[in-house]
Amino acid sequence: MMMNRRKALEKVSWILGGSIVGAQAFLNSSFTFQAPEYVTSSERINFLNEIGETIFPETHTPGAKAANVGAFMEIIVRDCYTEADQTIFYNGLRDIEKQCNDLYGKGFLKCTPQQRIAFLTDLEKVHRDYMKNKKSTEPVHYFRMLKELTLTGVYTSEIGAVKLLNYNPAPGRYDGCTTEKPWN
Amino acid sequence: MKKNQYDAIVVGTGISGGWAAKELCEKGLKTLVLERGRDVKHIVDYEDMKNPWELPHRGRVTQEDRRISPVQSGVYNYNEVSRKFFVKDIEQPYIEEKPFEWARGYQVGGRSLLWGRQCYRRSYLDFEANAKDGFGVDWPIRYEDLEPWYDYVEPFVGISGSKENLPHLPDGKFQPPMPMNCLEKLVAERVKKASNGSRLIINGRTANHTQRVGTRGPCQFRGKCESGCTYGGYFSSNSATIPAAMATGNMTLRPFSVVKEVLYDKEKRKATGVRVIDSETLEVYEYYADVIFLNASTLNTTLILLNSTSDAFPNGFGNSSGQIGHNLMDMPYGMGASGSYDGFLDKYTFGSRPTGIFVPRFRNIDKQSETKDFVRGYTYQGGAGRGKVGWSDGIGIELKEKLSEAGGWHMSITAWGEHLPYYDNKVTLDQVKKDKFGMPQLRIDCEFKENEKALGKDAMNSAAEILEMAGLKNIQTYDRNKIPGSCIHETGTARMGHDPKTSVLNKWNQMHDVKNVFITDGSSVCSSGTTPGPSVTYMALTARAVDYAVKEMRKGNIR
Repeated sequence: MMMNRRKALEKVSWILGGSIVGAQAFLNSSFTFQAPEYVTSSERINFLNEIGETIFPETHTPGAKAANVGAFMEIIVRDCYTEADQTIFYNGLRDIEKQCNDLYGKGFLKCTPQQRIAFLTDLEKVHRDYMKNKKSTEPVHYFRMLKELTLTGVYTSEIGAVKLLNYNPAPGRYDGCTTEKPWN
Repeated sequence: MKKNQYDAIVVGTGISGGWAAKELCEKGLKTLVLERGRDVKHIVDYEDMKNPWELPHRGRVTQEDRRISPVQSGVYNYNEVSRKFFVKDIEQPYIEEKPFEWARGYQVGGRSLLWGRQCYRRSYLDFEANAKDGFGVDWPIRYEDLEPWYDYVEPFVGISGSKENLPHLPDGKFQPPMPMNCLEKLVAERVKKASNGSRLIINGRTANHTQRVGTRGPCQFRGKCESGCTYGGYFSSNSATIPAAMATGNMTLRPFSVVKEVLYDKEKRKATGVRVIDSETLEVYEYYADVIFLNASTLNTTLILLNSTSDAFPNGFGNSSGQIGHNLMDMPYGMGASGSYDGFLDKYTFGSRPTGIFVPRFRNIDKQSETKDFVRGYTYQGGAGRGKVGWSDGIGIELKEKLSEAGGWHMSITAWGEHLPYYDNKVTLDQVKKDKFGMPQLRIDCEFKENEKALGKDAMNSAAEILEMAGLKNIQTYDRNKIPGSCIHETGTARMGHDPKTSVLNKWNQMHDVKNVFITDGSSVCSSGTTPGPSVTYMALTARAVDYAVKEMRKGNIR
């Protein structure tokens, strides 16, 4: 019974955009969940796609949105991240919303392209300082996760691999000294 | 004819079991080949044609993987596709008396689907080492004994490599090597010159084919060997030896067969067969044969032997010496150095090469190269390369532009060293804990000692010296602090030797105590060797042992 209840709570907390680590606290205390801005998975995917696109925009080659990095992030964070990293990631998303509200009086998605760039440029710097000064035992900054997932998501997607990396499923040879750049 | 009677039984279908099956079948013996896992058919059961975006996690290890396989999921080539070739740790537990990473693949083909594919012959130094410095027992064979058998197996394996004329790294029957890239060539030239030829950088020798071998290959340079290879670009039991054995019409392959014990006839002083648990139904069967080859991999062969107790062998099958399970070796590895190079900025690499460069042993090969710090030696594998910039500061268009640029050239070399045979590095059977088939769990108690540590330290510093000779910059040393087992070269627990009192097998890989049982996997060897790529030695030992066994059977000495 306990397991079923825990499982159900995990599911609920997931849909709410919370983290699985919260489930035990849910069971054991009067912990109340703070509803985030984006409550469904598809809304969060959209949000992550927009963040990704600001980090890695479409130019003459595809950007993060065309690669649907939001859906990639959703799956990787859910299935591959540790509980501790999931917490950092989801709290980070809430932090972005909070900061955008404080700065611009609206959420990230309502910001203009210029505001999004300005905001994430600053956040990237904050993250860089944090990463430079943190102790090895301290966790990574959530922006690190967003950026890493954006890049991996792009390059492992079909459109990204084909258009950006000249993906070749069977090169057939090794040339260790070519003048031809193997990617775009 | 007795029910379930065969001429020969082979236990295991990995590198050595596949060879035993092929050789026995080709010599006309009706052979039962037992595999504890499921069947994996070449090409049919591979998922290598999937593109990265067709994998839900794009290849990444999930939390569920870490839960069900805390050890396997940490192995370097475990990913979303290859995980089906690894065991689930929670289903097959073992006990780590000291930390030990035991990588396992329970299916037809075993770990031949996952191996590193490097193939280096052992040299006279490796065969003489124990006799010379007194660690372990003298290996009762020398290079000359095995040389014709390396010659025999290599063309069928299909090994690409270069001839170098080095007595301490014998050449083999090679296909053309996979080429070095610009930086590797430059470093090789500079290092050879700066060291007066005492440090060499040569092409890696790998069982990835640059030419077709029958219907196999050549390699397509895709960089996904651990998925299985539809092109047959590398040697595995599945691509090569099992189909060859099957083609004779003499092989009966029985998957889902966990060998519980070897059966012994005390009167006739011979093994009569094996007792098998069907892993699907848990029913127990007995199979009989005139000769038995144990090729279950080092630790599982040991488990079978120790679990086969009787009045005649209360301490394990053919264990009058008491050596079975002892002298466990792996190889210390992961110590090395990396550096960067400013030139070749108009040059790139194309294709994913499944090998790299190799640095032959240079310590303790003669009087001049002797060191007081440790006995034996080590070698390096490594490579140079140049990739796309993977990470850069900033966001947006600027970031995207930076990421489309090429990074600089860099190179690293990493050491593989010798692990001495110590009696107290051992595996035993736990008296209480069993697996789901009722087999006792293995208790592994293995460590690296002073010699391995001293050798590793020297290997790390020497790596930096070599890269310095080449004029590389930003040289950094590293030690990955790998625990025993993680090299996946476990060996030595049923060693060969001259004396039945101190060894398990004779010079033909035949049990001293039971003449119709042969063991030709990693458990049989007397030293870990200095080079990586031990598998080709198991292949040669297996072909040699089968040849001997069948001749003895025909003479009536084994029946």
